[in-house]
Amino acid sequence: MNAPVFSEQVLFWLGPVPVTRTMVTSAVTSLLLVALGASLGWAVVRKPSGRWAAAGRLTFRFLQDLVTEAVGRRSPGLEVFAGSLFLFISGAALLGQLPGIQAPTANLAATSALAVVVFLAVPVAGIRARGALGYVKHYFQPNPLLFPLQLISELSRTLALALRLFGNMMSGHLIVALIVALVGLLVPVPLMALDLLIGLLQAYIFTILTSVYVGAAIRIGEGG
Amino acid sequence: MNEHTVLALGSIITAGLTMALGAVGAAYGESRIGAASMEALARQPDEAGAITRNEFVALAMVESTAIFCLVIALVLLFANPFVAAR
Repeated sequence: MNAPVFSEQVLFWLGPVPVTRTMVTSAVTSLLLVALGASLGWAVVRKPSGRWAAAGRLTFRFLQDLVTEAVGRRSPGLEVFAGSLFLFISGAALLGQLPGIQAPTANLAATSALAVVVFLAVPVAGIRARGALGYVKHYFQPNPLLFPLQLISELSRTLALALRLFGNMMSGHLIVALIVALVGLLVPVPLMALDLLIGLLQAYIFTILTSVYVGAAIRIGEGG
Repeated sequence: MNEHTVLALGSIITAGLTMALGAVGAAYGESRIGAASMEALARQPDEAGAITRNEFVALAMVESTAIFCLVIALVLLFANPFVAAR
Protein backbone atom coordinates (compact mmCIF):
# COMPACT_ATOMS: atom_id res chain seq x y z
CA MET A 1 0.00 0.00 0.00
CA ASN A 2 1.36 3.39 -0.91
CA ALA A 3 -0.83 6.19 0.34
CA PRO A 4 0.00 9.73 -0.79
CA VAL A 5 0.18 11.05 2.77
CA PHE A 6 2.95 13.61 2.46
CA SER A 7 3.29 14.22 -1.26
CA GLU A 8 0.76 14.79 -3.96
CA GLN A 9 0.67 14.83 -7.71
CA VAL A 10 0.79 17.94 -9.81
CA LEU A 11 -2.51 18.38 -11.65
CA PHE A 12 -1.27 20.81 -14.29
CA TRP A 13 1.30 23.53 -14.80
CA LEU A 14 0.35 27.19 -14.83
CA GLY A 15 3.43 28.53 -16.55
CA PRO A 16 6.32 27.66 -14.21
CA VAL A 17 3.96 27.09 -11.23
CA PRO A 18 2.81 23.54 -10.48
CA VAL A 19 -0.85 23.42 -9.46
CA THR A 20 -1.80 20.64 -7.04
CA ARG A 21 -5.15 19.44 -5.79
CA THR A 22 -4.64 21.23 -2.48
CA MET A 23 -4.20 24.56 -4.25
CA VAL A 24 -7.40 24.06 -6.21
CA THR A 25 -9.46 23.01 -3.18
CA SER A 26 -8.15 25.83 -1.00
CA ALA A 27 -8.90 28.35 -3.74
CA VAL A 28 -12.41 26.91 -4.05
CA THR A 29 -12.83 27.14 -0.26
CA SER A 30 -11.73 30.77 -0.27
CA LEU A 31 -13.99 31.67 -3.18
CA LEU A 32 -16.99 29.98 -1.55
CA LEU A 33 -16.29 31.82 1.71
CA VAL A 34 -15.95 35.16 -0.09
CA ALA A 35 -19.24 34.57 -1.90
CA LEU A 36 -20.93 33.52 1.34
CA GLY A 37 -19.52 36.52 3.17
CA ALA A 38 -20.64 38.92 0.45
CA SER A 39 -24.11 37.42 0.48
CA LEU A 40 -24.33 37.61 4.29
CA GLY A 41 -23.07 41.18 4.27
CA TRP A 42 -25.62 42.15 1.64
CA ALA A 43 -28.36 40.55 3.73
CA VAL A 44 -27.30 42.33 6.93
CA VAL A 45 -27.37 45.70 5.15
CA ARG A 46 -30.48 45.25 3.00
CA LYS A 47 -32.70 42.83 4.91
CA PRO A 48 -31.64 43.15 8.54
CA SER A 49 -34.64 41.23 9.88
CA GLY A 50 -34.26 38.15 7.70
CA ARG A 51 -32.87 34.77 8.71
CA TRP A 52 -29.81 35.10 6.49
CA ALA A 53 -28.86 38.35 8.20
CA ALA A 54 -29.36 36.72 11.60
CA ALA A 55 -27.02 33.91 10.56
CA GLY A 56 -24.40 36.47 9.55
CA ARG A 57 -24.67 38.37 12.81
CA LEU A 58 -24.59 35.14 14.85
CA THR A 59 -21.42 34.00 13.09
CA PHE A 60 -19.74 37.33 13.64
CA ARG A 61 -20.80 37.49 17.27
CA PHE A 62 -19.49 33.96 17.84
CA LEU A 63 -16.07 34.86 16.44
CA GLN A 64 -16.05 38.15 18.35
CA ASP A 65 -16.79 36.42 21.66
CA LEU A 66 -14.21 33.72 20.97
CA VAL A 67 -11.42 36.24 20.40
CA THR A 68 -12.51 38.57 23.19
CA GLU A 69 -12.54 35.71 25.65
CA ALA A 70 -9.07 34.54 24.67
CA VAL A 71 -7.47 37.99 24.60
CA GLY A 72 -9.35 39.56 27.48
CA ARG A 73 -10.54 42.65 25.65
CA ARG A 74 -11.90 43.75 22.27
CA SER A 75 -9.36 43.79 19.45
CA PRO A 76 -11.05 44.31 16.06
CA GLY A 77 -8.01 43.56 13.89
CA LEU A 78 -7.41 40.24 15.58
CA GLU A 79 -11.11 39.41 15.30
CA VAL A 80 -10.89 39.71 11.53
CA PHE A 81 -7.64 37.73 11.35
CA ALA A 82 -8.59 34.88 13.68
CA GLY A 83 -12.14 34.82 12.32
CA SER A 84 -10.85 34.38 8.78
CA LEU A 85 -8.66 31.50 9.95
CA PHE A 86 -11.62 29.87 11.69
CA LEU A 87 -13.87 30.24 8.67
CA PHE A 88 -11.21 28.92 6.29
CA ILE A 89 -10.30 25.89 8.39
CA SER A 90 -13.86 24.94 9.19
CA GLY A 91 -14.89 25.56 5.58
CA ALA A 92 -12.03 23.33 4.44
CA ALA A 93 -13.10 20.60 6.88
CA LEU A 94 -16.70 20.78 5.63
CA LEU A 95 -15.57 20.74 2.00
CA GLY A 96 -13.41 17.71 2.75
CA GLN A 97 -16.51 15.76 3.71
CA LEU A 98 -17.80 15.87 0.15
CA PRO A 99 -17.06 12.67 -1.75
CA GLY A 100 -13.91 12.74 -3.83
CA ILE A 101 -12.57 15.90 -2.26
CA GLN A 102 -9.75 15.96 0.23
CA ALA A 103 -9.73 18.86 2.66
CA PRO A 104 -6.95 21.30 1.77
CA THR A 105 -5.92 21.28 5.43
CA ALA A 106 -5.06 17.57 5.14
CA ASN A 107 -1.86 18.69 3.42
CA LEU A 108 1.24 19.57 5.41
CA ALA A 109 2.17 22.44 3.10
CA ALA A 110 -1.22 24.13 3.52
CA THR A 111 -1.25 23.88 7.31
CA SER A 112 2.37 25.03 7.45
CA ALA A 113 1.38 28.09 5.44
CA LEU A 114 -1.40 28.86 7.94
CA ALA A 115 0.98 28.40 10.88
CA VAL A 116 3.60 30.64 9.26
CA VAL A 117 0.98 33.35 8.81
CA VAL A 118 0.25 33.13 12.54
CA PHE A 119 3.99 33.10 13.31
CA LEU A 120 4.44 36.32 11.33
CA ALA A 121 1.31 37.93 12.77
CA VAL A 122 2.64 37.72 16.33
CA PRO A 123 5.57 40.17 15.92
CA VAL A 124 3.50 42.42 13.61
CA ALA A 125 0.77 42.75 16.24
CA GLY A 126 3.29 43.11 19.05
CA ILE A 127 5.24 45.85 17.28
CA ARG A 128 2.07 47.70 16.35
CA ALA A 129 0.85 47.62 19.93
CA ARG A 130 4.10 48.21 21.85
CA GLY A 131 6.63 49.57 19.35
CA ALA A 132 9.65 47.68 18.07
CA LEU A 133 11.76 48.25 21.17
CA GLY A 134 8.98 47.31 23.57
CA TYR A 135 8.29 44.14 21.65
CA VAL A 136 11.91 43.00 21.34
CA LYS A 137 12.46 43.77 25.04
CA HIS A 138 9.96 41.13 26.10
CA TYR A 139 12.24 38.41 24.73
CA PHE A 140 14.76 39.36 27.42
CA GLN A 141 12.12 40.15 29.99
CA PRO A 142 12.38 38.08 33.12
CA ASN A 143 16.02 37.25 32.47
CA PRO A 144 18.21 37.60 29.35
CA LEU A 145 19.25 33.98 29.84
CA LEU A 146 15.77 32.93 28.73
CA PHE A 147 16.15 34.44 25.25
CA PRO A 148 16.96 31.12 23.51
CA LEU A 149 14.06 29.44 25.25
CA GLN A 150 11.68 32.17 24.11
CA LEU A 151 12.85 31.72 20.53
CA ILE A 152 12.51 27.93 20.72
CA SER A 153 9.03 28.22 22.18
CA GLU A 154 7.92 30.51 19.33
CA LEU A 155 9.27 28.11 16.72
CA SER A 156 8.00 24.95 18.37
CA ARG A 157 4.49 26.28 18.87
CA THR A 158 4.38 27.18 15.18
CA LEU A 159 5.45 23.65 14.31
CA ALA A 160 2.88 22.22 16.72
CA LEU A 161 0.16 24.41 15.22
CA ALA A 162 0.90 23.11 11.72
CA LEU A 163 1.34 19.47 12.69
CA ARG A 164 -1.75 19.35 14.92
CA LEU A 165 -4.08 20.57 12.19
CA PHE A 166 -2.42 18.42 9.52
CA GLY A 167 -2.40 15.28 11.65
CA ASN A 168 -6.01 15.59 12.72
CA MET A 169 -7.38 16.28 9.26
CA MET A 170 -5.19 13.73 7.49
CA SER A 171 -5.72 10.94 10.02
CA GLY A 172 -9.48 11.21 9.64
CA HIS A 173 -9.26 10.69 5.89
CA LEU A 174 -6.72 7.91 6.28
CA ILE A 175 -8.83 5.99 8.80
CA VAL A 176 -11.91 6.25 6.59
CA ALA A 177 -9.91 5.08 3.57
CA LEU A 178 -8.44 2.16 5.52
CA ILE A 179 -11.82 1.01 6.81
CA VAL A 180 -13.44 1.29 3.39
CA ALA A 181 -10.62 -0.84 2.00
CA LEU A 182 -10.88 -3.39 4.81
CA VAL A 183 -14.59 -3.69 5.58
CA GLY A 184 -17.03 -2.05 3.24
CA LEU A 185 -18.95 0.92 2.07
CA LEU A 186 -21.20 2.12 4.91
CA VAL A 187 -19.12 1.01 7.90
CA PRO A 188 -17.03 4.18 8.34
CA VAL A 189 -20.05 6.50 8.55
CA PRO A 190 -19.74 7.02 12.36
CA LEU A 191 -16.06 7.75 11.92
CA MET A 192 -16.89 10.30 9.25
CA ALA A 193 -19.28 11.99 11.69
CA LEU A 194 -16.47 12.04 14.25
CA ASP A 195 -14.20 13.46 11.57
CA LEU A 196 -16.67 16.29 10.99
CA LEU A 197 -16.68 17.10 14.71
CA ILE A 198 -12.88 16.94 14.86
CA GLY A 199 -12.54 19.25 11.87
CA LEU A 200 -14.71 21.95 13.46
CA LEU A 201 -12.99 21.43 16.83
CA GLN A 202 -9.57 21.85 15.26
CA ALA A 203 -10.70 25.07 13.58
CA TYR A 204 -11.88 26.30 17.00
CA ILE A 205 -8.58 25.34 18.64
CA PHE A 206 -6.46 26.87 15.90
CA THR A 207 -8.43 30.11 16.30
CA ILE A 208 -8.17 30.12 20.10
CA LEU A 209 -4.43 29.44 20.01
CA THR A 210 -3.95 32.18 17.41
CA SER A 211 -5.87 34.60 19.59
CA VAL A 212 -3.86 33.62 22.66
CA TYR A 213 -0.50 33.97 20.89
CA VAL A 214 -1.31 37.27 19.19
CA GLY A 215 -3.15 38.52 22.28
CA ALA A 216 -0.11 37.81 24.43
CA ALA A 217 2.03 39.84 22.01
CA ILE A 218 -0.49 42.72 22.16
CA ARG A 219 -0.64 42.75 25.94
CA ILE A 220 3.12 42.70 26.61
CA GLY A 221 3.97 44.89 29.57
CA GLU A 222 0.41 45.24 30.82
CA GLY A 223 1.24 43.24 33.91
CA GLY A 224 -0.63 40.13 32.83
CA MET B 1 18.18 -10.31 5.15
CA ASN B 2 19.78 -7.57 3.13
CA GLU B 3 20.08 -3.99 4.26
CA HIS B 4 16.79 -2.88 2.77
CA THR B 5 14.85 -5.60 4.55
CA VAL B 6 16.44 -4.71 7.88
CA LEU B 7 15.58 -1.04 7.42
CA ALA B 8 12.00 -1.83 6.42
CA LEU B 9 11.56 -4.21 9.36
CA GLY B 10 12.98 -1.69 11.81
CA SER B 11 10.77 1.08 10.42
CA ILE B 12 7.62 -0.99 10.69
CA ILE B 13 8.32 -2.15 14.24
CA THR B 14 9.28 1.35 15.33
CA ALA B 15 6.14 2.81 13.76
CA GLY B 16 4.01 0.38 15.78
CA LEU B 17 5.92 1.15 18.98
CA THR B 18 5.65 4.90 18.36
CA MET B 19 1.90 4.70 17.97
CA ALA B 20 1.46 2.41 20.98
CA LEU B 21 3.49 4.50 23.42
CA GLY B 22 2.08 7.75 22.07
CA ALA B 23 -1.46 6.48 22.49
CA VAL B 24 -0.76 5.41 26.09
CA GLY B 25 0.45 8.86 27.06
CA ALA B 26 -2.35 10.72 25.33
CA ALA B 27 -4.99 8.36 26.71
CA TYR B 28 -3.75 8.84 30.26
CA GLY B 29 -3.69 12.61 29.85
CA GLU B 30 -7.17 12.69 28.33
CA SER B 31 -8.56 10.50 31.09
CA ARG B 32 -7.19 12.94 33.67
CA ILE B 33 -8.82 15.85 31.82
CA GLY B 34 -12.11 13.98 31.54
CA ALA B 35 -12.15 13.07 35.24
CA ALA B 36 -11.27 16.60 36.32
CA SER B 37 -13.92 18.21 34.13
CA MET B 38 -16.57 15.73 35.30
CA GLU B 39 -15.72 16.68 38.86
CA ALA B 40 -15.91 20.34 38.01
CA LEU B 41 -19.27 19.78 36.30
CA ALA B 42 -20.62 18.00 39.37
CA ARG B 43 -19.48 20.84 41.63
CA GLN B 44 -20.67 23.69 39.45
CA PRO B 45 -23.38 22.63 36.98
CA ASP B 46 -24.09 26.28 36.16
CA GLU B 47 -20.71 26.63 34.49
CA ALA B 48 -21.35 23.68 32.16
CA GLY B 49 -20.78 25.71 28.99
CA ALA B 50 -17.42 27.14 29.98
CA ILE B 51 -16.22 23.84 31.46
CA THR B 52 -17.13 21.86 28.37
CA ARG B 53 -15.52 24.41 26.08
CA ASN B 54 -12.25 24.44 27.99
CA GLU B 55 -12.36 20.67 28.32
CA PHE B 56 -12.53 20.26 24.55
CA VAL B 57 -9.65 22.67 24.03
CA ALA B 58 -7.52 20.84 26.61
CA LEU B 59 -8.44 17.48 25.11
CA ALA B 60 -7.38 18.56 21.66
CA MET B 61 -4.12 19.97 23.01
CA VAL B 62 -3.29 16.69 24.74
CA GLU B 63 -4.41 14.66 21.77
CA SER B 64 -1.97 16.54 19.57
CA THR B 65 0.89 14.60 21.19
CA ALA B 66 -0.69 11.39 19.92
CA ILE B 67 -1.15 13.06 16.55
CA PHE B 68 2.55 13.93 16.48
CA CYS B 69 3.31 10.28 17.13
CA LEU B 70 0.95 9.35 14.29
CA VAL B 71 2.73 11.73 11.93
CA ILE B 72 6.10 10.24 12.89
CA ALA B 73 4.76 6.72 12.43
CA LEU B 74 3.43 7.69 8.98
CA VAL B 75 6.77 9.25 8.07
CA LEU B 76 8.43 5.97 9.02
CA LEU B 77 5.98 4.01 6.89
CA PHE B 78 5.38 6.16 3.83
CA ALA B 79 8.10 8.82 3.65
CA ASN B 80 11.08 7.14 5.22
CA PRO B 81 14.21 8.86 3.85
CA PHE B 82 16.31 5.70 4.34
CA VAL B 83 13.95 3.26 2.68
CA ALA B 84 12.44 5.51 0.01
CA ALA B 85 15.42 5.12 -2.35
CA ARG B 86 13.84 2.37 -4.34
